[in-house]
Amino acid sequence: MELIYEQSVPGRRGVKLPASDVPSALALPEGLLRKEPAGLAEVSELDLVRHFTRLSRRNFSVDTNFYPLGSCTMKYNAKVLENSATLFASFHPMTALLPGGEEFCQGNLGMLYDLGQMLADITGMDEVTTQPLAGAHGEMTGILLISAYHRAKGNRKKYVVVPDSSHGTNPASAAIAGYEIITVPTAPYGDMDMELFRQAMNDEVAAVMMTCPNTLGLFNPHIKEISDIAHSFDALMYYDGANLNAIMGKVKPGDVGFDVVHVNLHKTFGTPHGGGGPGAGPVGVKKDLISFLPQPRIVMDDEGTFALKTSSPGSIGRAANFYGNFGIMVRAYAYIIMLGREGLIQVSEQAVLNANYIKERLKPYYDLPYDQTCMHECVFSASRQLAHGVHAIDIAKFLIDRGYHPPTVYFPLIVKEAIMIEPTETESKAAMDAFIQVMIEAAEATESDPRVLLNAPLTMPVSRLDETKAAREQNVCCQG
Amino acid sequence: MNDSHYCPHTPEEIKEMLSVVGVSSVEELFAPIPSELRAKTFNIPSGMSEFETFTRMQAIASDNSAAMVNFIGGGFYDHIIPAVVDHLSGRAEFYTAYTPYQPECSQGTLQALFEYQTAICRLTGLDVSNASLYDGATACAEAAMMALRVTGRNRIVVDGCVNPFSRQVLKTYLYNQDVEVVEIAPLDGLLNHVALAACLDERVAAVLVQNPNFFGCIEDMSPLAAQVHAVGALLVASVYPVSLGLIMSPGEMGVDIAVGDGQSLGNPLSFGGPSFGFIAAKKAFIRNMPGRIVGETVDKNGKRGFVLTLQAREQHIKRHKATSNICSNQGLCALRGLIFLSSVGREGLAELARLNRDKAEYAKACLSTIPGVAVLQSAPTFNEFTVFLPKPAAPVVTELLRQGIAVGVPLGDYYEDSANALVVTVTEKRTKKEIDRLADVLRAEL
Repeated sequence: MELIYEQSVPGRRGVKLPASDVPSALALPEGLLRKEPAGLAEVSELDLVRHFTRLSRRNFSVDTNFYPLGSCTMKYNAKVLENSATLFASFHPMTALLPGGEEFCQGNLGMLYDLGQMLADITGMDEVTTQPLAGAHGEMTGILLISAYHRAKGNRKKYVVVPDSSHGTNPASAAIAGYEIITVPTAPYGDMDMELFRQAMNDEVAAVMMTCPNTLGLFNPHIKEISDIAHSFDALMYYDGANLNAIMGKVKPGDVGFDVVHVNLHKTFGTPHGGGGPGAGPVGVKKDLISFLPQPRIVMDDEGTFALKTSSPGSIGRAANFYGNFGIMVRAYAYIIMLGREGLIQVSEQAVLNANYIKERLKPYYDLPYDQTCMHECVFSASRQLAHGVHAIDIAKFLIDRGYHPPTVYFPLIVKEAIMIEPTETESKAAMDAFIQVMIEAAEATESDPRVLLNAPLTMPVSRLDETKAAREQNVCCQG
Repeated sequence: MNDSHYCPHTPEEIKEMLSVVGVSSVEELFAPIPSELRAKTFNIPSGMSEFETFTRMQAIASDNSAAMVNFIGGGFYDHIIPAVVDHLSGRAEFYTAYTPYQPECSQGTLQALFEYQTAICRLTGLDVSNASLYDGATACAEAAMMALRVTGRNRIVVDGCVNPFSRQVLKTYLYNQDVEVVEIAPLDGLLNHVALAACLDERVAAVLVQNPNFFGCIEDMSPLAAQVHAVGALLVASVYPVSLGLIMSPGEMGVDIAVGDGQSLGNPLSFGGPSFGFIAAKKAFIRNMPGRIVGETVDKNGKRGFVLTLQAREQHIKRHKATSNICSNQGLCALRGLIFLSSVGREGLAELARLNRDKAEYAKACLSTIPGVAVLQSAPTFNEFTVFLPKPAAPVVTELLRQGIAVGVPLGDYYEDSANALVVTVTEKRTKKEIDRLADVLRAEL
């Protein structure tokens, strides 16, 4: 398909700007002026509409296809959340920071405050900042809060302990925050090896980062013991909230010893992910860490008036410009108040039921390296198919031809040829049954006619792409 | 009864599924969680219907004041958004998709991001761009960290004229690292070149500046680039994309890494987010660039296609040795930026920029006729400028807010000895009538 720049015709224009109602200003000094206008596309509005509409049709999305992408959690995005966000679109964020400005944004500030309170309840924390702009940004913010906690006690610890099954962002975020990483392997029972964990712990460990349930979809029954051991070394427990959607109302990270959590709003609270973002990664903390939270913080006085606290001595500073991805908070807030207590519990229950249903139905066809009751996702291995020369990626491409977005493949790294399936709570039994049937067909084709998998996909605008060429030539911008 | 109306199962289906799983109740599936760890309370209020939810959201929105006439910027700008931006970016195939891990069924997002990267390269006059970062402030921090990696040095020099929030975010990012941040106090609303020369040496990884700066002033960065390069450091500039319709690009001025906030390109103010950060650099630095990058390639039949590329730098492969911890980008906001730029087009962006400057110059002239009000004249400006009032700005700002005018950002909150100063922003959306009213109301107030 043509690039927008290839459709460009000099002099064409997609939008008319307002005419000027003021005199023209004197020109800027020559040395500051742009010599040539930037080479942006010149297209009519209709050309523009057709171009992007055509592009959109080259995408799988939750609204068009079942999207069982494990740990990424692609659930249905309720439309009323979008309508709600438009109500808040035109408000300038600086208004609240002007002298006396809070008075004019009580709705916005109150909503953020309430959302923080509700997230604190869901996670078992004492206070929440909405500032981090994505899950990984929340991780970094959370680890910086932990470093502030240790520094306030006069310690500058060196290490963060992370299980090898963790999301790659965990060690990356801890490293960006200035720590060295100690990786603890997973035991055959599917959780962090307790013996190796004990050996890894020492007084220089600042934090232990865990996902619970973990990326194998398993809830760690030793979690309390792990947090007790960590706390005995004055290390804090960090909870990666990527899998929080499995346990809402069932167990609170704060109750099992976690001190800091981040929440990915698109995974647990149904905000859309826009082809890669925006996200939002609010961070909750126990009371010992409140004073280190980023500024500005939203506070409520006795009369129920909301204000911004822009300076607090122990704060790690600002994690982002303003109050976080506010438009995403609006959507998450609307989702939580709409579903309510019982609805959120039901979300977790159905997500867990659906994952176990798929796990049981596919067990005869794919290896299941950790065969236990899972939470919201299950992880298979394509090792049986590999014996016939079919890799996890081939199964993924076969699914594309059949109209399904593939599950996550090759993650977690500890499972060979991993296929990680997360159906979420919003898929019907019929949709899952159809998916299961296609997965079974893939397993059968592996034995009867592997070419069907190796040649897939055939139905897409492009077939398998040369990633080596892309990396070698680094053509990241249209020339000419 | 379904409490979450988005969970579709009937009781019969649930029963059937439970029997396949081999348990008698859903509760049994939570058995791996030890009973003593189970939640004892869960105080979220009961749910409601879609209609009631929307009504509640409307009530919350109406707790804000009625519309305010904005003369404030400070990093976020009140620009026009053509209708096509909402309509096209709102298409569910863009909206409800994930990161394009499977390129064959994500060519729409991938090609759009490639086109976005192209727009950013052309706008900034630099060679390579990624698929966007979180926002402008975090983009500054990421660019500084990129310079630390490229040079292997551990000192960052920051012009005090850079947006104070960006400077704060930078310090937060470097909070627990052995990196020194040296800030240079502004001189008359501009970079203090003497102070810079005094601290520029072989320990410096990067000099971070902003153009136009927080006071609204535009500087020629070309001599600065030469000076910074002479000690082997990189020049990082945060730029306001709309201004690049008029002002010489960072690439032409010799900047190594350009960053900025893309909100002004088709993204609503939305009380501060979501927006997107852009980053562009000289080609030599591409492997050190953080975040997602889309590259062009061919499929096995030789057909053009697009993929996420250079992923080996990233957290999902390199884990703690990754170039950054960024896992997502701001795909949808970047898409809005691309649609915006493609709808105004080459000449339209230049026209938009001129419109902004003309209105701001008109406002500057109006305000300078008010007795006691002086305009900072040390450098040319784009659509923001600093005025000095005959009395402290803060109470004036408060009073004008009550009259429905957000007059500007008082500098006293961010710079000592600047209590009387105010940064006023005028975009193309402000009419002559609104500007005249601003001048009248301010005159009456002083």
